Amino acid sequence: MTPSSDSGAWRKAWAVFVKDITSEFRTRYALSAVLLFAVTALAVVSFSVSPYSLEPDAQSAFLWTVLFFSAMTGLARSFVREEESRTVLALRLSAAPDDVYLGKLMFNAALQGAVALVVVPLFLVLMDITPVAPGVLAASAALGTLALAASSTIVAAIVSKAKSKGALFAVLAFPISVPGLASAVRSTTVALRGAGGAGTAVAVGVAGAAARTTGVAVARSASAMAAARGDLLALTAYSVLMIAASLLLFDFVWNE
Amino acid sequence: MRHLAESAVAKWALGIWMVLVITGAFFYAPAAAVLGEMSRIIYFHIPSAWVSVLAFLMCTVYSVAYLRRRREMFDAAASFAAELGLLFCIIATVSGSIFAKSAWGSYWNWDPRETSIFVLLLIYGAYFALRSSVDDPARRGSLSAVYGVLAFITVPLLVFVVPRLPAVQSLHPDGPIISSGGSLDMDSKMFTVFMASLAGFTGIYAWAFNLRLRAWRIINEED
Amino acid sequence: MAGSLGLCGQQPYTDFELSLEQVSHSFGKRRVLTSVSAAVRAGQVMVVTGPNGSGKSTLIKIAARLIRPASGRVVWRAGGRELGMDAAKGVVGLVSPELTLYDELTAIENLLFFARVRGWSGHGLVRWRGLAGAEDVAAGGGARARARAILEQVGLEGRGDDLVGTYSSGMKQRLKYAFALMHSPALLLLDEPTANLDEAGTEIVRRIIAEARGSACVVVATNEPEEVTWGDAVIRLGGVA
Repeated sequence: MTPSSDSGAWRKAWAVFVKDITSEFRTRYALSAVLLFAVTALAVVSFSVSPYSLEPDAQSAFLWTVLFFSAMTGLARSFVREEESRTVLALRLSAAPDDVYLGKLMFNAALQGAVALVVVPLFLVLMDITPVAPGVLAASAALGTLALAASSTIVAAIVSKAKSKGALFAVLAFPISVPGLASAVRSTTVALRGAGGAGTAVAVGVAGAAARTTGVAVARSASAMAAARGDLLALTAYSVLMIAASLLLFDFVWNE
Repeated sequence: MRHLAESAVAKWALGIWMVLVITGAFFYAPAAAVLGEMSRIIYFHIPSAWVSVLAFLMCTVYSVAYLRRRREMFDAAASFAAELGLLFCIIATVSGSIFAKSAWGSYWNWDPRETSIFVLLLIYGAYFALRSSVDDPARRGSLSAVYGVLAFITVPLLVFVVPRLPAVQSLHPDGPIISSGGSLDMDSKMFTVFMASLAGFTGIYAWAFNLRLRAWRIINEED
Repeated sequence: MAGSLGLCGQQPYTDFELSLEQVSHSFGKRRVLTSVSAAVRAGQVMVVTGPNGSGKSTLIKIAARLIRPASGRVVWRAGGRELGMDAAKGVVGLVSPELTLYDELTAIENLLFFARVRGWSGHGLVRWRGLAGAEDVAAGGGARARARAILEQVGLEGRGDDLVGTYSSGMKQRLKYAFALMHSPALLLLDEPTANLDEAGTEIVRRIIAEARGSACVVVATNEPEEVTWGDAVIRLGGVA
């Protein structure tokens, strides 16, 4: 995304993003709470399932449950904060809705990305998983993060104008996020298990570390990428659709 | 006055129609080969699911109209459509669940279509949770309309994406209702009753919706 | 504190005109404004007065196009044509008790941020490099230079790099004037203009209004008897219905 085509709009959205990042660094309003929540949730999950060895699809579902609820604690804050500290009036007076939306979207993607950067490696360590296709896992985490940010940013804007903000956010965001979450869970499963299906899952734990040095890992990773391609494409398409729809609808929320 | 007379006639016609549909469902249409007497659920379960989707579509249409024209009536109409949609969605979910218990052994299986209707139920729930937490009518109208449109965009994705989940195979009977090719595969008597029921349920939706809207007009436009 | 605030000759609209046509508004069932009509041209000051709850602040926000009136129209006219919604970001300067700037940013950062999202790049070349520590390369004074100059005008010189959260309420009120004047607005809307201000602050407000009279449209909502006399026209809103 080069900002050359419409550099003015991108620069304004970028200004909103930089402002939110600056505020976040000075106040730690969202990040520390969200990270603590994510790590706590992860510890609970890992602790409670530690006696059992889970199938990759269950592991993947747990990972995305933790990521989803972390998003639900954090992604509404940038909008809610504008509303609660009553800075929203000055922002509405100065900035075009599209720029605000894109800036907040970037901020939410960055925040959720930071959470994923901490949670995913920690998850692999605590659950003792060696992913068959680390590349697919990274792609799933990145695109899933983008999808979560895309679906929940406009919901955050809606929620910031309503009364019971905290509880409402997850309630509103979940049904809309389901298609993205479903794709992310599936491609993550492929990343953890490989393309071969349940049969190879058992061998993965043993072979994973050894195979790393050989060409087998490369081949397996490539076939996993092929298997996950459909879901990764679906994630991308879903994110694009949600962002486009949000850009069309955001004006009605923002100026309300 | 003429309007009132017409609506009374339509109401009675609808009542008689539904009596015929119910009678036909139990006595005229034969039971399906595999499912037996249980197959009669299709005359009530599927039309309810159809109406809950139709109501969602209408809710979206009225939401868009509200965002464009800002008339309070459109917001009220959107919420009435959603109310009826929620009602029929519950009916479809509960009737389907009872059928699932007797046909497949458990009330809930996370079958793809169960998942879809459950998410639809969640969307309706979220829609009303949002409405109840905004006081200002204009703001409530815009916010819920935006949410309605947004949710409407994701529903087709649910229909195409969720059923592809690998862990679950659809338990829904394809045979007696929709064959694998997608064409309707029913006995002609069954088909007649089924279509009549679809029309009847749609009529009930239209009637209840109109009633709600007329009541709203009386309260809001005469002061 | 000598020197011009630079209100004149910089904004694109020298013949700006605000008209309110039959504006009514209500919150739920409670009616706050009933069919208010008024017009102000550039160079005029209009004062809106009335008891608490009579809709002064609402009228100001409607004039700023922050609220859609339930009925009636708000028209901004300049250069012989009506300005669309897209013009809003460059037109309005607002000072209001409901307005809050970012506590966790410094005064300069606040002003630069709002200038940036307005797409204002100074009078000439301005290069942006992030919010903090931005280095503005400008021909004839960039946004940063203007922000500093305006802070000096409102009596906040030397405090520009302090976080707004550390400001007193009077200083915050002064900063709101800097926020409102930063982009040389064609329409200056002042709700309770001297709230929290000391005598020196009030004097600054008088000076700003006197200078704005040269080129901008000014609307003041107030209950101070002295401030009511500033107006070329006065609208009195009714009490609580």
